[in-house]
Amino acid sequence: MASIELKDLHKSYGAVEVIKGIDLSVGHGEFCVFVGPSGCGKSTLLRMISGLESVTSGDIEIGGDIVTRVPAADRGLAMVFQSYALYPHMTVRQNLSFGLENINTPKAEVNAKVSEVAAMLQIDQLLDRRPKDLSGGQRQRVAIGRAVVREPRVFLFDEPLSNLDAELRVDMRGEISALHKRLGNTMVYVTHDQVEAMTMADKIAVLRLGELEQFGRPLDLFNNPRNLFVAGFIGSPKMNFMTGTVHGADRSLLNLDTGEEVSLPVKGFSHHAGDKVTLGVRPYDLRPHASGSIHIQVGAVEQLGTDSYLYGALADGTRLTVHNPGQTRVCAGDNVAMHFAPEAVHLFDTKSGLTLRGFDTEDDLTLHKPS
Amino acid sequence: MLTIISPIMRIIEIPMLALQRVLGIHRFAWVFLLPNLILLCLFAFLPVILNVAYSMTSGDNILLEDRPYVGTDNFTRLTECSNHFDPNSCSEDKFWRAIWNTLWFVTLQVGFMVGFSLLTALILNREIRARGFFRSVFFFPVLLSPVVIALIWKWILQRDGVLNAFLDWTGVGGFNWLVDAEWAFAWTVFLTVWAHMGFYTLILLAGLQAIPRDVYEAALMDRARPWRIFWRITLPLLAPTMLVVLVLALIRSVQTFDEVFAFTGGGPGTATTFIIQYIYERGFAGAPRLFGMASAASLMVAGVLVVLTLVQLWVNRRNVDG
Amino acid sequence: MNRVWQFITATRGQGRMDWTDWVTYGYLFLGVFLMFFPVIWLVLSSFKTEADIQRYPPTFLPYQQERVMVDGYDEPLPLYRITGGAYEGQVLAQVRRVGLQAQMVDPENPAGGRVRVDTDQREPVERVSLAVENYTGLFERFNFLRFFWNSTFITVTSTLLTLLVNSMAAFALSKYQFRGRTVVLLLVIGTLMIPQTVVLVPLFLIVTQMGMFNSLWGVIIPGAATPTGVFLLRQYMITIPDEILDAARMDKASEWKIFWRIIVPLSAPAIAVLAILAIMWRWNDFLWPLIVLTRTENLTLQLALNSFQGEMSTEWSSLLAMTVLTLLPIAMVFMFLQKYIATGIASTGGK
Repeated sequence: MASIELKDLHKSYGAVEVIKGIDLSVGHGEFCVFVGPSGCGKSTLLRMISGLESVTSGDIEIGGDIVTRVPAADRGLAMVFQSYALYPHMTVRQNLSFGLENINTPKAEVNAKVSEVAAMLQIDQLLDRRPKDLSGGQRQRVAIGRAVVREPRVFLFDEPLSNLDAELRVDMRGEISALHKRLGNTMVYVTHDQVEAMTMADKIAVLRLGELEQFGRPLDLFNNPRNLFVAGFIGSPKMNFMTGTVHGADRSLLNLDTGEEVSLPVKGFSHHAGDKVTLGVRPYDLRPHASGSIHIQVGAVEQLGTDSYLYGALADGTRLTVHNPGQTRVCAGDNVAMHFAPEAVHLFDTKSGLTLRGFDTEDDLTLHKPS
Repeated sequence: MLTIISPIMRIIEIPMLALQRVLGIHRFAWVFLLPNLILLCLFAFLPVILNVAYSMTSGDNILLEDRPYVGTDNFTRLTECSNHFDPNSCSEDKFWRAIWNTLWFVTLQVGFMVGFSLLTALILNREIRARGFFRSVFFFPVLLSPVVIALIWKWILQRDGVLNAFLDWTGVGGFNWLVDAEWAFAWTVFLTVWAHMGFYTLILLAGLQAIPRDVYEAALMDRARPWRIFWRITLPLLAPTMLVVLVLALIRSVQTFDEVFAFTGGGPGTATTFIIQYIYERGFAGAPRLFGMASAASLMVAGVLVVLTLVQLWVNRRNVDG
Repeated sequence: MNRVWQFITATRGQGRMDWTDWVTYGYLFLGVFLMFFPVIWLVLSSFKTEADIQRYPPTFLPYQQERVMVDGYDEPLPLYRITGGAYEGQVLAQVRRVGLQAQMVDPENPAGGRVRVDTDQREPVERVSLAVENYTGLFERFNFLRFFWNSTFITVTSTLLTLLVNSMAAFALSKYQFRGRTVVLLLVIGTLMIPQTVVLVPLFLIVTQMGMFNSLWGVIIPGAATPTGVFLLRQYMITIPDEILDAARMDKASEWKIFWRIIVPLSAPAIAVLAILAIMWRWNDFLWPLIVLTRTENLTLQLALNSFQGEMSTEWSSLLAMTVLTLLPIAMVFMFLQKYIATGIASTGGK
C-alpha cells in the first residue's frame, strides 16, 4: 500500500514561506494532480514529497511510514523531471539500468527488467543510443522508463509534458494515463495546465500561493468550485464574473454594478438581501436572447466553424466571454442582450471570495471564512 | 573618452567611404583585417620562418646576412650525448639539465595543480555559504605579476623569514630553503601551483556548474550513493573540461619562466633552470650571444607546443560537437 | 557571536553540519590563509623599519622604538626600560653605547647626569608604527615614477591598440563572406601555437631592425595583435544578427560606420573582457620587456623590481614597499571588477 498523507506541511526559505500548511491525502493507486499558476508551490510540494527539498515543519507519510526526515534515495519513489534529466553520457540502456545497479540487482534481472520496460514503452530500438540522439518524445519515454523500471511505490511527475509540442503532448497524456491503469501505482503529477489536470486526474489539488485552495475529483471542482480562484482556474474558457448587490425580500434579485437586474436562484445558496456578491457564469451558459437581462458590447468575434466565441464587455467594463455552439451572425461592435438560466450560476461572497452554495445560515458562512 | 574618439572616427570615415566605393562591400573586409594581419605576419609568422634560418647559423651577430651557415650543427650540438639521461655526458649539458628539469617540473606541477584545482572546484561546488568570496580568494593570486609572486615567497622563505621563525617556534627548526637544490625545486613547484591554480579551479568550477542539477537529483532518486554519483555522474560529465584544463596547463607549464627566474634565478646551480630560461640565457644574457643555439632550442619547444595546441583545438572541437 | 556561528554553520541544503561540511570549511579557511597570508605579510612587512625587518623572530605588526627629545641633546634619543641592576623599572634614554655598556640619561631629569647600564639589562620601549619612509624613500631615491609611467604607458597604449585592431579583424572574420576567409582564420589559429617565448631571437632581430630596441614601442607593437582577442571577439560578434547590419546598410550607413556605431557598442561586454585581459597581460608582462628594454630609464615596474631585488637584497624595506606599489593597481582592478574578470576568464580560457 502506498498512500500519501501530508500533515500541516510548511516550507520556508529564510523569511519567505512558500508552502503554508497543507493537509492532503492521496489514496493508494490514485492519480493525483497538483495544479496552479506558476509560483503556487506545486513543484516545491512535489519535491518535498520526493525528499529533494527539506521540510520546515509538518509530516509526510508514505504507505503509513513517516518519511519526513528520510533521504530521497530511501523513500522508494521515482520521479520524472521536467527536463527529463537523462544522464547525457550514458546510453538509454545504461540510463534505465543505473538505478537497478545502485541497489545491487543481479545482472540477469537488470537485463530482463530493462527489456520488459523498453518493450512496454516502445523504446527497445533505442537502447544503444545516447540521449542527445533522441527526439523530445523519445527522451520523455526514456525518462518514464527509468522511473518504471525500478518498480517504485509512487511515481512523481514534475511537469513532464511542458517541453513537448502540442500534438505530442496529447499523445503522451494518453500514454501516461494508460500506464497508470496498467501499473496501478499511486502517481502524483504536477502541471500548470488545467486541461491536463482535468483529463488525467482521479483527484486534483488546486494550489495558490502555497495554500491548498480545493482538493477533489475533477468534475466536483468544475461543478462546485469552493472559491473564486478555483472557479476561474478550472474550465476553459474561464468563467465570467459580475459583481452586484442582492435585493428583494426573497433575495432573488441581484442589482449588477452596471445597473442591470438579474434574477438569482434561492435554493441551495446562503445569500441575504444587501450582500455584495459575485455572480459566476460559464461561457457556454450564456446565449444571445432578445429578452436577455444583461447587455454586452461585442469587441471581437472568433468563428471556428463548429463553435464561435464572442468577446465583449458590460457597461461598466467587466469583460465577458460567450461560447456559442455553431456559427453566429453577431459582429464586432454589436450590442447584444444575453440570457442565462438562474440554475446555471455560481455565487460567491465578493469580500471573502468563498462560494455561497450550500450554507443556509450566516453562522455556517463565517465558519468557513479563512482566518 | 567618447567625445575624443567620436570626431576621430568621423574623420576616418571619409577615406574609408571612398575605399568602400572602390572595393565594394565584400572586399572591404580586407581593410578591417589588414592591421591585425600585418602585425601577425610581422611579429608571428615572419619570426617562425626566421627562426628556422637562425637555427642553421652560428656566431653572435644578430644580422642574418652576417651569420655563417652551419647546417644542422646547432641541433647536433644540442642533442649530442653519450647518455641522454645523464646531462654530464652531453656536449650542451645545460640544455639537457634544463630539459630534464622541465620534464620533472611539468609532471609535478601539472599533476599537483590539476589535482588541487579539481579538489577546490569540487569543494566550491558544494552547498556552501559565501561561494563568491571563496572563489575569488583562490583566484586572487592569478592576477599578481610573476615578479611580485616571486618576491612575496622569497620574503617568506628567506633565512630569517616568517616560515623559519614558525618552524623554530614549533621546534622543527628553520632551514635555508632556496640554497638547497631539491627544496628550491619543490618550492618552485609550490609557488607556481599557488599562483595559477585559481585559474584552473575557475574553469573546472564552471564545468561542474554546467552539469544540470536535475541530473544529480535523478541520480539521487535512483538511489545512487555519494561516491557512486561522483564516479558515475560527476567525473564522466566533467571529463571534457578536465581535458581542456590538462592541455592548457601543459602548454603553460612548458613555458614557465617569469616567476622562477625572479624567484631563484634558475638556481641554486641549475636546479631550477627550465627550457625557456636556457633559451633566454643562450640568446640574451651575457656574451657570447649564441642566437643559433637559442633558435634551435626554440624550434624544439615550438614543436612540442604545436602538438599540444593541436590536441587542444581537437579537444575544443569535440566538446563543441558533443 | 552566536548568530554569526549559526550563520556560518548552517548549510544551504537540509540538515545540520555533518563531518563533510566541517572538512569543507576547514579546507576553505586553510585556503584563505594560504592565499591571503603571504600578501598580508608582505604589506605589513613593507611598513617595518629596516631595523625591525632584521629582527628575528619577526613580529606580526610593524614596531618602532620610541624616541624622545631630551634637554641638552640635539637628536631625539631612543628609550629603554631597565630590567635589572640599580635602575630596574626606570625608563631611560640612551646617549651612546660603548661595547656592552650604554650611557643613559633620565629623560625626566637630564640634569641628573649620565648613568651606565649593561646592555643585557634593558629592553627597548616600542610601539606599533608604520614606517611610511619606506614608501616616500622610493620616490626620493629611485626613479620610481618613471618606471610607473613606463608600465602605465605600455599598458594603456597596448590595450587600446589591441582592442582596435582585434575588434576590426574579428568583425571582418565574423560578418563578411570573402575569398580567403578560411585561410585567414587558419593563419590566426596558427599564431595560437607560436607564443612569443619560442620566437625570441627572430623577434628581437625584427624589433631591432625597426629601431624599436630599447623603446617602449618595441614592447607595445609586437604584442598588440593577439589571436586570443580575435577569437574572443569573433565568437561574440557571430551572435549579432546579420539583419541589424542589413538594416543599417538600408539606412545608408558606411561599413566603417556600421563597425563603429553598431558592432562595437553591441560587442561591449566582450570588448570589456578583452580589455581586462589585455591590461593584465601587459602590466604583468616580463620576458619580452626584459629582452627589449635594457636602459634604466626604460624599465617597467616589473623589470625594475626584478633588477632591484638583485641590487638591494640587503635592503628589504624598500624592496617590499616597491612590491606593494607594483601589486596595488592590479589589486584595485581585482576588487572592483572581480566578477567580470572571473567570468571573462572562465569563458575564454585566456590568461
